[in-house]
Amino acid sequence: MNEFLTHYAFLIIPIVKIAILVFLVLTVDAYLTWIERKVIAHIQARWGPHRTGPHGLLQPLADGVKFIFKEDPLPASVDKVAYFLAPFITLMLALTSLAVIPFGPQHFKVFGYETGISIAEVNISLLVLFAITALSVYGVALAGWASNSKYSLLGGLRSSAQMVSYELALTLSVVGVLLIAGDFSLRTIVVQQGVKGNGLFSWNIFPQIIGFVCFFIAAIAETNRVPFDLPEAESELVAGFHTEYASMKFAMFFIAEYTSMITVSCLATILFFGGWLSPFPASWTLTQYLPSVLLIPFGLWVIFDGIRYENMFGRLVLPVVGAVMAAIGFGLIVFPVVNDAIQGIFWFLAKVFAFLFVYIWMRGTLPRFRYDQLMSFGWKFLLPVSIANVVLTSVVILWRMH
Amino acid sequence: MTAPLVIFFVLAAVAVFGAISLIVQKHPIHSALSLILVMVALAGLYLLMGAEFVAAVQIIVYGGAIMVLFIFVIMLLNAGEEERTNFSRLAMYAGVPLAVAMTGLIAAAIVGSNAAMPARTPETLTSTRQLSTLLFQEFVYPFELTSFLILVAILGAIVLAQREN
Amino acid sequence: MVPTSYYVLLSAILFGLGIVTFVFKRNIITIFMGIELMLNAVNLAFVAFSQSFGKPDGEVFVLFVIIVAAAEAAVGLGIIILTARNRKSLNVERVDLLKL
Repeated sequence: MNEFLTHYAFLIIPIVKIAILVFLVLTVDAYLTWIERKVIAHIQARWGPHRTGPHGLLQPLADGVKFIFKEDPLPASVDKVAYFLAPFITLMLALTSLAVIPFGPQHFKVFGYETGISIAEVNISLLVLFAITALSVYGVALAGWASNSKYSLLGGLRSSAQMVSYELALTLSVVGVLLIAGDFSLRTIVVQQGVKGNGLFSWNIFPQIIGFVCFFIAAIAETNRVPFDLPEAESELVAGFHTEYASMKFAMFFIAEYTSMITVSCLATILFFGGWLSPFPASWTLTQYLPSVLLIPFGLWVIFDGIRYENMFGRLVLPVVGAVMAAIGFGLIVFPVVNDAIQGIFWFLAKVFAFLFVYIWMRGTLPRFRYDQLMSFGWKFLLPVSIANVVLTSVVILWRMH
Repeated sequence: MTAPLVIFFVLAAVAVFGAISLIVQKHPIHSALSLILVMVALAGLYLLMGAEFVAAVQIIVYGGAIMVLFIFVIMLLNAGEEERTNFSRLAMYAGVPLAVAMTGLIAAAIVGSNAAMPARTPETLTSTRQLSTLLFQEFVYPFELTSFLILVAILGAIVLAQREN
Repeated sequence: MVPTSYYVLLSAILFGLGIVTFVFKRNIITIFMGIELMLNAVNLAFVAFSQSFGKPDGEVFVLFVIIVAAAEAAVGLGIIILTARNRKSLNVERVDLLKL
């Protein structure tokens, strides 16, 4: 048994990692919808999901059950191949793009197989992400066309034209980071930002602020989120390219959208914000206890809130959740080995969630672009600014070399 | 039956299946989807040969831009299924076996000529740095010419897209 | 290790299938896709030989072929759109105004 595992470790370890990652990402997707609804609700001075479970925490579960039990109609005159293929391609590409993202700095050896905290260690991981972004246009175009309805076709064509236009700005805005790092590999880009040990000030955001702004705007357009969500907004064109899709296939589009949001946030943190590096300089070792310092008061607050919750279920569940959080916080102080291992992933997740919060905040605040404004913004403003950023970065690098 | 050989046969089978599906399908959109499948399979083969940058460029440019253009044009022109053909029966019953036989002959000649091919070197990755050094030092003149070519293509497309006044 | 001749054989098969598409189909867009298939087959042969000789020169040429194919697709599809609008059909046998 042991020898079988060692011989086939190159297959079994990635499969185990894929299973863990897909499970985690789907859970995060589901609770991202909960966070989105709560945050937008509080921006709009209301409560959001509140009844299903304490603080609406079981709402994603209810949504999942609804998606499973709802009727999945097949309109009569659709092109069956393209109709079934479109949500499948979109979801597959969105989940595949998570395979090359490095989540933490550790390398460990399992059964003689050397691996890091990412599913695939590729030399060109950034290019793989761009390739997957380029292919995801097909899901939208085919969905719009296969539905055999005017609204869907127009919405699909608009959305794919938007994605193709902003893809150029996305790719070019990252070239500045590539010039500084000198390699396509995302792991190298993060490591190079941490070489000097200055913490916050050696991240790529400071040399590349223009690149970051271009990248973030183009990324929002790529994932079809507000303010660029004209093709799929509920009040425009009925619902755009996913009008004719119901329960499970619509759920696939939905999950794919949130997963690509997560991927783009991970990419923004890796490229511009130092990935898993701590914002504090490496010499400030007390900041290693920050996870515990955050977890313990939050756990105690959840216990306190849960004891006085309105219904019985909340009064049972919330104190338990709070106690678990506080226990994890204490455990991190007591076992420094676990604390060291968890530093990289903690900072990475904190930054990713900060970006997701900004995404959700923008959805609650900003109005939508009109389609011609959107296209002219992409081609006439964002693309020239990205190119100017590349030229400026290369001039500065050449000047510094002399 | 080493792992690279198995991967090669799987990807080659996918590529040939996609190419045959391109011929057999009646609707141009299904042909376009088959061609995309062929291109992705070829990108996999480039990865197997260690040409990682070329594989990424193949998917980004060919699969993500050129084929998107094809699909837009098919959707815009509302290309329907091909009509029933008044195809010559002789061409089908005599031509296809002859074509298969000729392909088999060429295949036998190629595979049997191992003496003409250099011995296989172990797969090494071609780094992007090597490619870019070559591209910007030895091949810089063709590189600048292709940028000129793309400019001409853009101008041509704009002229063609103008409406008649 | 996969022998180079296997790659060249696959390239020849794909090229032949591209020619079959080019000759036997009547929709102009499908014919154009046959041309793209032929270009891809040639790219495969280039990369196979580049790997076989150990030099990256073949891969640089593949980049050029991809760029030229992109430019050709842009202009070619523009011409196809105009022709389709003028002749109201995508069938190449209908574009026969110059025939005797």
